[in-house]
Amino acid sequence: MEATHRSQAPPARRHARRGLWIGLVGPVVLVAAWAVLAAARLFPESLFPSPLAVARGLAIEATSGRLWDDAVASLFRVTTGFLLSVALGVPCGLLLGRSPWAREAFLPLVNFFRSLSPLAWIPFAILWLGIGDPPAIFLIFMAAFFPVVLSTAAAVASIPSVYFRVARDLGLAGGELLWQVTLPAIAPHVITTLRVTAGLSWLVVVAAEMIAGRDGLGFAVWDARNGLRIDLLAANMVVIGIIGVALDRVLVGLTRIPSVRWGYER
Amino acid sequence: MSAPLLRFSRARLAFGPLEVLRELDLEVRAGEFVALVGPSGCGKTTILNLASGWLAPTAGAIDRSAGVRMVFQQDGLFPWRTVGENVRLGLRHVADEAERARRESEFLALVDLSPFAGHYPHQLSGGMRQRAELARALAGDASLLLMDEPFSSLDYLARLRMRAELARLLEEQPRTVVLVTHDIEEAAQLADRVLVLSERPARIREEVRLQAPRPRAATDADVVRAVHHILTLLGLESDRETSAVARGGLEVR
Repeated sequence: MEATHRSQAPPARRHARRGLWIGLVGPVVLVAAWAVLAAARLFPESLFPSPLAVARGLAIEATSGRLWDDAVASLFRVTTGFLLSVALGVPCGLLLGRSPWAREAFLPLVNFFRSLSPLAWIPFAILWLGIGDPPAIFLIFMAAFFPVVLSTAAAVASIPSVYFRVARDLGLAGGELLWQVTLPAIAPHVITTLRVTAGLSWLVVVAAEMIAGRDGLGFAVWDARNGLRIDLLAANMVVIGIIGVALDRVLVGLTRIPSVRWGYER
Repeated sequence: MSAPLLRFSRARLAFGPLEVLRELDLEVRAGEFVALVGPSGCGKTTILNLASGWLAPTAGAIDRSAGVRMVFQQDGLFPWRTVGENVRLGLRHVADEAERARRESEFLALVDLSPFAGHYPHQLSGGMRQRAELARALAGDASLLLMDEPFSSLDYLARLRMRAELARLLEEQPRTVVLVTHDIEEAAQLADRVLVLSERPARIREEVRLQAPRPRAATDADVVRAVHHILTLLGLESDRETSAVARGGLEVR
């Protein structure tokens, strides 16, 4: 009996290992179904490549070095545009959340721009900024900035007033109030918003590069389509999906910071 | 007699046509424990908000000659800080870092939470959170504690424990306390004076003094008599005869 106990991994590790295996079920089922459909030849190979053809395409792109260059180019644009939108959006959201005057003055404008698809800005982005990094960064900024502002403002407005009363009792004001109360109080909500807007940014960069790019994964998809290399097209789509999931996992890591756990465990 | 730490002089508060307080006179002296009870919505919490300076009176004056700290009904602990860090926030007036750490440990030990210094509030029970909040309030340099139904969110047994705990803490760390509560028994067990308020606009209907030393059991004669009397005043105890008997020995003004 004792030996059985000793041979078991701790429950948390067992749970994590089981989660990893369960997490593989979906992708395995999908690839299996894809392989069956491709083998059935319901569609021509030029329109519906098999998983093996896509894996070969992936290997070609990876060994040529193009895949890494494109991934780095796209990640650079997303990171820059996303960080810019957060750096400017959070302070604007703080202002809107704390000041009824600012809310009345600017909220309609924020809602107006939020309703515009970021892709509608593509013609302007090309006319104003040309081709390459700047238009893509601009489009990502336009996609992420307004949701960050709105979400931060909503989070600030919903901070329980008891925290501000306690802060006042404790003599916290000005910068101390901001760093020790307001920002920690909205952190869980803002992290959730960052996850959503990072995903949105990743969607937008691909679209932006298709039209206004000379490199990047979006451009690679478009280039493969123009060259009728559906295997390469699908290979790039697989990479885009994997990086999207990886980006989200990085941001999920923020939710594990001990001082923000309270926001997810209530 | 010591000078009052808190004095309301003909304090009036109105929100537009809604009059919440009308010419309220109230004094709280150093070392006193005063409880405010009254019908729901009569303005008990508003009195604390005025006492803390969170609200200003429409007319009259409120004088405070002491630092004030509030203990709230809902969680006032910052959930992004550990229990120890929350208590340490109450020690901001202590300049020396080592002294702050020493006092943090002392106050955590006082409320029996030393093993939980590194825990976050959401990892504690409601009673433990209230104890941590009390530690933070007591750690401060404020000599006047304003407590707004601090135990109302706890279950009955936890409430009983916290009453005893508060009585013990005040023995060790004496403070002047104004407690708002809807729990008449709690008021009678803890307070030196129970002020029974009228319906809004609130005025003091009666002041009930309790002489017995703390801690007081709910079954102590003084406590039972006070509870019966206050319930009768509030119209919740209809047996006038019982109340008249219960009133014997109580000092009522």
